[in-house]
Amino acid sequence: MPSLIDLVLEGRANPQHLPWPRSVVDASVWAFAANELAQGRWGLLGLWGEPSTAHMAIIDRDTTEIAVVSIDCPDRVYPSVSKHHPPALRLERTVNDLFGLSAEGLPDPRRWLDHNQWGLRFPLGDRIDALSIAAPYRFLPVEGDGVHQIAVGPVHAGIIEPGHFRFSASGETVVRLEQRLGYTHKGIEGLMRGAPIERAAQLAGRVSGDSTVAYAYAFSRAVEAALQLVVPDRAVWLRALLAELERLANHLGDIGAICNDASFGLMQAHCNVLRENLLRAANSAFGHRLMRDVIIPGGSARDLDAVGQSAIRAALANVRARFPELTELYDNTASLQDRTVGTGIVAAALARQYGAGGYVGRASGRAFDARRAPGYPPYDDLSFEVPVLEEGDVNARVWIRIREVEQSLSLANQILDRLPDGPLRIPVGAEAGPREGMALVEGFRGDIMVWLRLDGDRVERCHLRDPSWFQWPLLEAAIEGNIVADFPLCNKSFNCSYSGQDL
Amino acid sequence: MRKLLFQSFFQRPLTEQAPALDQTAVEELAGAIQRATRRRLGRSLSIREIDAGSCNGCELEIHALNNAYYDVERFGIRFVASPRHADVLLVTGPVTRNMRDALERTYHATPDPKWVIALGDCARDGGCFAGSYAVVGGVSQIVPVDLHIPGCPPPPLAILQGLLALLDRTTQSAAST
Repeated sequence: MPSLIDLVLEGRANPQHLPWPRSVVDASVWAFAANELAQGRWGLLGLWGEPSTAHMAIIDRDTTEIAVVSIDCPDRVYPSVSKHHPPALRLERTVNDLFGLSAEGLPDPRRWLDHNQWGLRFPLGDRIDALSIAAPYRFLPVEGDGVHQIAVGPVHAGIIEPGHFRFSASGETVVRLEQRLGYTHKGIEGLMRGAPIERAAQLAGRVSGDSTVAYAYAFSRAVEAALQLVVPDRAVWLRALLAELERLANHLGDIGAICNDASFGLMQAHCNVLRENLLRAANSAFGHRLMRDVIIPGGSARDLDAVGQSAIRAALANVRARFPELTELYDNTASLQDRTVGTGIVAAALARQYGAGGYVGRASGRAFDARRAPGYPPYDDLSFEVPVLEEGDVNARVWIRIREVEQSLSLANQILDRLPDGPLRIPVGAEAGPREGMALVEGFRGDIMVWLRLDGDRVERCHLRDPSWFQWPLLEAAIEGNIVADFPLCNKSFNCSYSGQDL
Repeated sequence: MRKLLFQSFFQRPLTEQAPALDQTAVEELAGAIQRATRRRLGRSLSIREIDAGSCNGCELEIHALNNAYYDVERFGIRFVASPRHADVLLVTGPVTRNMRDALERTYHATPDPKWVIALGDCARDGGCFAGSYAVVGGVSQIVPVDLHIPGCPPPPLAILQGLLALLDRTTQSAAST
């Protein structure tokens, strides 16, 4: 059996791609890789386009080796991966919408991000005029006695992002859910083309507001990989602190919000107090409640002074003191457990097939955590556990978050205890010629992948892959057979990003 | 659960014991909003939030208005599920081309009198997303905007300030007609 490295050796290697190899392969090697993905030996990390090239990032499930394979498409066609491996489906539809590269054998040729509203087609490829008459989007057919449809969105009832959900229900039971996303597509990858690194970093931090730290982190690491920059120690540790604070704030918000969707507002009231305390501490330490634009390529834009440290320590101590009784409350409230246990189950096989990251994957037996493998500093120097459960229901996704709150508390304290002194950043110089870099960073929701090519001090092409790409489809599977009224609960337990997926 | 609920009988409300961070400003604002809201709308102001393409950062801070520190509901300001019930549309994001129709239709579904607040830097003119093939621009390109609250995202206190500004203005214009 060939390894991932053998696959890369088959092609024409690009020496300027770091830290993992990339090579240009022919259609037969590309198809072989698709087949290995389908067999489950390798996992798909991302699939994206350029005007006449398609790229695919792959991880070996056993060795966690990572590689990128690329295929030239002079005729604007490449062999479909999703034909063999369904998790690539929405990615291939997107590559077609943005670049006009079509996947030969694509099982679902409907457009995904392109709602025929842009006034043009293939905005990042060879642009052509939009169709004068938009064909209506055809949802998948559902047949059967008494099956009715419920259309929800894009404007939802709560304070959440826009997207459309089409339920086909038989009585109260959901027979099929089909999502239609793309409403918040802002064309971020288009704006990044040719942008100075600084502006591109700012855009990366605005892909998904709740993960602004994680995105800035991933983008910066990709730039630093491309330019082979060594970030000063203090910045390395500060960045991890920021990432853990973001994870804590989001998990606390999520735990409360999930319980609230089961009509148990008490948990939300208490969780949101803890969340607010953290955000205020972040504000006094880093000058921004969500810690936006603090992580920059080359290091950190802000230092942490003694006042900031004590604010963060106080907020962490507060969570540590008060979180156990909330955990107990969750565990001991039968009416709440009645809603969350056994609801919205994601089968372990599906989580594995889709390579679902974060709490969605870890609640269904998938232990992947980018902080651990492939890993990045300073996490190799910190002690933490990656909680994993097998049940795959809403309850398991809540428990993963609870355990991760505990882990992040510990990590943040370890970092504060050992924060090294020294400079905060190094200058990001322009290197001649194209340089490619890639990074995988664990956000609160799962692993975020960033791939980019720099030319001098500008970004030639950047692709940002949100963890939600591989989680949204599992929500469609999780809700099947559940009652319509449990959808908000299931949806909140996933808390997928709309903006991160729509880009 | 009973223990937690029982404890809360004896704890002082968080709104009074919050850290020094502008807590007096929160109280001042809160009182002013309450007076202005009552004058104009009797007892309540209903807000329908619309994400017209934001990164979700603004939504996080709007959510924070409902936590125990800001607790906007004590002043009769509440977020409602339908535009049919709304007095105010609170719109975030650069308006994406894919959300333009939905924003327009939501606006038309809201009964008069109504006000529109554009929230966040993107909602003013598209912010850092301006110029993209997929972005129309600021909210005012699609629907008339009464007030803009700047910030990326604006913190909850700034959102409260914005609501106050809107209420003052609508109260003044109501008095002058």
